[in-house]
Amino acid sequence: MPDPSQTPKLQLVDVHKSFGPKRVLAGVNLDVMPGESLVIIGGSGTGKSVTLKCMLGILKPEKGQVLIDGAPLAEVDSEAFLNDFGMLFQGGALFDSLTVWQNVAFRLRRKPFSLSKKEARERAIAKLARVGLGAETADLFPAELSGGMQKRVGLARAIATDPHVIFFDEPTAGLDPIMAGVINDLIRELVTEMGATAVTITHDMTTVRTVADDVAMLHDGLVRWHGPVADMDTATDPYLDQFIHGRATGPIAAIR
Amino acid sequence: MNLATFVIGFLASIGRSVLALLTATGRVALFTLETLSHAVRPPYYPGEFGKQMLTIGYFSLPVVGMTALFTGAALALQIKAGGGQVASEQLVPSVVAIGIVRELGPVLAGLMVAGRISSAIAAEIGTMRVTEQIDALTTLSTDPLKYLVLPRVLASLVALPLLVAVANVIGIMGGYLIAVGTFGFNPGAYIKNTLDYIDTVSVVSSLVKAGTFGFILGLMGCYHGYNSGRGALGVGQATTNAVVSSSILILAANYALTQAFF
Repeated sequence: MPDPSQTPKLQLVDVHKSFGPKRVLAGVNLDVMPGESLVIIGGSGTGKSVTLKCMLGILKPEKGQVLIDGAPLAEVDSEAFLNDFGMLFQGGALFDSLTVWQNVAFRLRRKPFSLSKKEARERAIAKLARVGLGAETADLFPAELSGGMQKRVGLARAIATDPHVIFFDEPTAGLDPIMAGVINDLIRELVTEMGATAVTITHDMTTVRTVADDVAMLHDGLVRWHGPVADMDTATDPYLDQFIHGRATGPIAAIR
Repeated sequence: MNLATFVIGFLASIGRSVLALLTATGRVALFTLETLSHAVRPPYYPGEFGKQMLTIGYFSLPVVGMTALFTGAALALQIKAGGGQVASEQLVPSVVAIGIVRELGPVLAGLMVAGRISSAIAAEIGTMRVTEQIDALTTLSTDPLKYLVLPRVLASLVALPLLVAVANVIGIMGGYLIAVGTFGFNPGAYIKNTLDYIDTVSVVSSLVKAGTFGFILGLMGCYHGYNSGRGALGVGQATTNAVVSSSILILAANYALTQAFF
């Protein structure tokens, strides 16, 4: 469990982000402690992905700050940060023109890792084994894999360099419940085993309960609720209550 | 609607179009400068460049070769139809040589490769944008402009002159086959006349045009793909825009270069 006396690994301070007239984030404050697994939940269009992209530096907030280990993101060596970072994308985002092992080893072949082809392939096959895929998948192309297998390859790529920070964007989207369960368990195991700081965004409550130490709920551009996953079911916030129970009626407007 | 409102509305629409054109020009210029700046900053991806050379250069050879062959042959037929037997023995090789080397070789090769490659680049990079593969590259500490765009633009720039050099030879050969095989011209005289009319300026202009067209079609494919909208519609639109803008810019650049050389 994270030590609250430490400097947060990731911190959002009063982050605002709009796209034209559409305000997406309206002053988001979030701390992610080292070794913590934070899951961000919220309805579609509430800014979960935008929050993730602001943390990554892909999007620049109009106001507010993103801090990495207490330092503003703009002052952090982005190369060094990204080298210690892994991400599982919603659709896998595997490179179609590369084989499975080349996808997994993509970063290993580049500086500062610069492994030889043989070493990189061996490491990729070991990571594939860690996510439950055999060596026979190594030379296949992503298009030859099922959705669940693609997610596993994406996961293997995310952990290929044993990063200290990992982001998971809708890790179970589009998977059947059994495969979703397998992926959730894998994420929990990997995060615990690697001691990594993890941020996951999801709609899937099974993922929340399996993966999270802490949960933050975004609504209307703000963090509506933030607390330990164990407190989620007893929390009195009506927005959180409606969301986690999937009720059509409540303060969150449902479009029918 | 009174006249003043109509005139103001008309002028405003012209103003909007001009602003849109200037904005697009500025965006393309920034994209080009940023891409080219990676050419002098390591790391480099020679493997990617090699792959693109193969796709853009080698695999375009059949299309470009066939285009040049039929164009050279048709040109010979047209010239023969316009002159008598004696005049044609001089005219056909000279006009075929000049027409192919100076104009038709580079322009037709440029347009054919624009149709084949610019669209493919836009579709590939556009799909990568839509499926978050470009974001994935960024998170894997790899600059997408350096890894995806620069190798394609450079490969187009280098491959087109090579393709056009081959197309010029094949185009002239198309004229030769018709002239010698169908009209019964003297083969030795045909080749001599051809060589007499191809000067250094013609060859240099042909290759400079080809390089320029290659740069244009590679850049347009990458630019439109990189800035592709969401979904299948966005990628389709990016592909269309890539081919249309490449073709128009190739024709405009051809006029400017012809003016500059001759």
